[in-house]
Amino acid sequence: MSFRQNHLLGIETLAPDEILTILDLADRYAELERGDNKHGNALKGLTQINMFFEASTRTQASFELAGKRLGADVMNMAMAASSLKKGETLIDTALTLNAMHPDLLVVRHPHSGAVNLLAEKVNCAVLNAGDGKHEHPTQALLDALTIRRAKGRLHRLNIAICGDIAHSRVARSNILLLGKMENRIRLIAPPTLMPAGVREWGVEMYDDMQGGLAGCDVVMMLRLQKERMDGAFIPSEREYYHRFGLDAEKLSAAKDDAIVMHPGPMNRGVEIDGTIADDINRSVIQEQVEMGVAVRMAAMDLLAQNLRARRAEKGALA
Amino acid sequence: MNILFKNARLIDPEAGTEDLGWLLVKDGKIAARGTGDTTQNAERIIDCAEACLAPGLVDIGVKIGEPGERHKESFRSAGVAAAAGGVTTIVTRADTTPPIDTPETLEFVRRRAQDASPVRILPMAALTKGREGREMTELGFLLDAGAVAFGDGDLVLRDSKVLSRCMVYARSLGALIVGHPQDPILSEGAAVTSGKFASLKGLPAVSPMAERMGLERDLALVEMTGVAYHADQISTAKSLPALRRAKEAGLNLTAGISIHHLTLNEFDVGDYRTFFKVKPPLRAEEDRVAMIEALREGLIDIICSMHTPQDEESKRLPYEAAASGAVGLETLLPAALRLHHGAGLTLPDLFRALSLNPARRFKVPGGSLAEGAVADLILFDPNRPFILDRFALHSKSKNTPFDGARLQGIVLASFVNGQCIYERNAS
Repeated sequence: MSFRQNHLLGIETLAPDEILTILDLADRYAELERGDNKHGNALKGLTQINMFFEASTRTQASFELAGKRLGADVMNMAMAASSLKKGETLIDTALTLNAMHPDLLVVRHPHSGAVNLLAEKVNCAVLNAGDGKHEHPTQALLDALTIRRAKGRLHRLNIAICGDIAHSRVARSNILLLGKMENRIRLIAPPTLMPAGVREWGVEMYDDMQGGLAGCDVVMMLRLQKERMDGAFIPSEREYYHRFGLDAEKLSAAKDDAIVMHPGPMNRGVEIDGTIADDINRSVIQEQVEMGVAVRMAAMDLLAQNLRARRAEKGALA
Repeated sequence: MNILFKNARLIDPEAGTEDLGWLLVKDGKIAARGTGDTTQNAERIIDCAEACLAPGLVDIGVKIGEPGERHKESFRSAGVAAAAGGVTTIVTRADTTPPIDTPETLEFVRRRAQDASPVRILPMAALTKGREGREMTELGFLLDAGAVAFGDGDLVLRDSKVLSRCMVYARSLGALIVGHPQDPILSEGAAVTSGKFASLKGLPAVSPMAERMGLERDLALVEMTGVAYHADQISTAKSLPALRRAKEAGLNLTAGISIHHLTLNEFDVGDYRTFFKVKPPLRAEEDRVAMIEALREGLIDIICSMHTPQDEESKRLPYEAAASGAVGLETLLPAALRLHHGAGLTLPDLFRALSLNPARRFKVPGGSLAEGAVADLILFDPNRPFILDRFALHSKSKNTPFDGARLQGIVLASFVNGQCIYERNAS
């Protein structure tokens, strides 16, 4: 086993062997989840706090389930509704939390870098559940696991990421992870939704689906995040669907066995056609959700091991 | 008291020389100077041991928290910090709370400054009432009350018609306008410069082109009105051709840059370090290098610290939400000396941008070693290395991007009007 992190703040700081360590363990947890006894005890006795400064249903539920299956005491704090409005700073929130002695802290925040800031101030392992437009590491890990299970490998694949890349933390984490594992990555987006300087990331850029999807093994669609947009990045939903929405015709440019992915929640008829999303031969969207729990179990298990080791070392010194 | 400096490297930005020699101060003025040794005598004789004697720094665009934010910086703390940093004249910004936009506030500031600070403090006044960009301030009264220039700080005057009227009026008074060239819409909400770094970190970004757009508009209006204009905070290579054209066309134009944009780049922000959040944001390395070249050839005239004190609370926030600005009075000289040690700028060249040019442009005393000039002088060792500890700064606020940085150059003593206002302990 090789996993040296104290926190999981992003893919940027993970080495390829650490990524594989998480995925291997997640594979085992995926089997556990499919059995009758879904319980492990890796987090027994530990306290996990989920702090979501931004509304979330799916990610929060996934982290909660992952923690409970491994025996942690899980508490959810809906921060969007409380302390932010009372003017409490992030640092004060961190100090308050320290007093509760959590072991695992799962944080989502609307500002890029906010989770890093929090991690500096608390005495526990922090997992980034999405910070602004920066990173969403567990999403990239669950996507990687899904790809590996469907394709049998996680290298030398042609992978297209399509849609609102500029505003997407999912895209950033995926580009980093899939790049580290030596895949060929193409970004497909209207130029207004393509981040600046992306050419230097070692990816290929396309502004048409036909060209971008040609010969692809994996087609990763992104949600068109309407709520994030300052103004009009695209002329209309229907023009976007016509040019960038994934339908059978556009998908035919990809390889015959290409898989279709989406981090959810989907806008059917905006970025993806309903029949494609439901096509069990192409779509792995349901499996992504399933792997989400497994990956989060694995990540928290590994972080907890390192946390316990750190504490034991500290105890031995004292 | 008369002071004779002997055995000093005289840094003369006007002549472009740095000869070993002596300098005599009498009645607050430079009375005589020469090379080599001297038979002159004085009440106090300082053997400089070949340290540098130069005109004190004239730092334009300093933010002091009075009125409104005295917990961040007062005239007293800024004055002490300036003296320790070799800044003998401070020109303050008008972006206080409330802004300095009436002769009455200006007078309050001048009086407070005189009482509390050992260095010269001269105020700029706002160009528009409340810095709101709608109506011009009483430029004439403010000028009479002692305003050395006019500007709304980092708020861009959006309405070109208002700006053109301000310029026409200021021209008739012979007043200097300080602009912050930036397209206000493109740069709205931006925390970093657009590019690979901004996209990787997921931070709201502005293209360097926004600066050029703002500059081009301002220069067109300068051409139209003939006003004296200082383009403050030029930071990108994209702006330089426009600047060069306008200077060659003979506009009454100077340009300035902050020391941070000459010594740091966007990657210094690293893992969301908010002490590196300044306005305009730190740029690409290519821009930084281009700005040093522009400084060398005289396209950029003035280096300032853009001293902007912020308390810990306003910086200990996620990057997007954190306040902009860095303190700089005490780091201006050692940071600028990086350009001497690292980029080969001569000391007279540096002091032209740090002392002579700002003094001339803002028509304030100082900046010169000529006989008859005021004796605003600093004695410094340009080579001595140190590691900066932000808590050792005299400013009330400690938000410096140079915390822990290895720097060279230590101020040994500062003089204003021939009076010693700072002397470093021998330790």
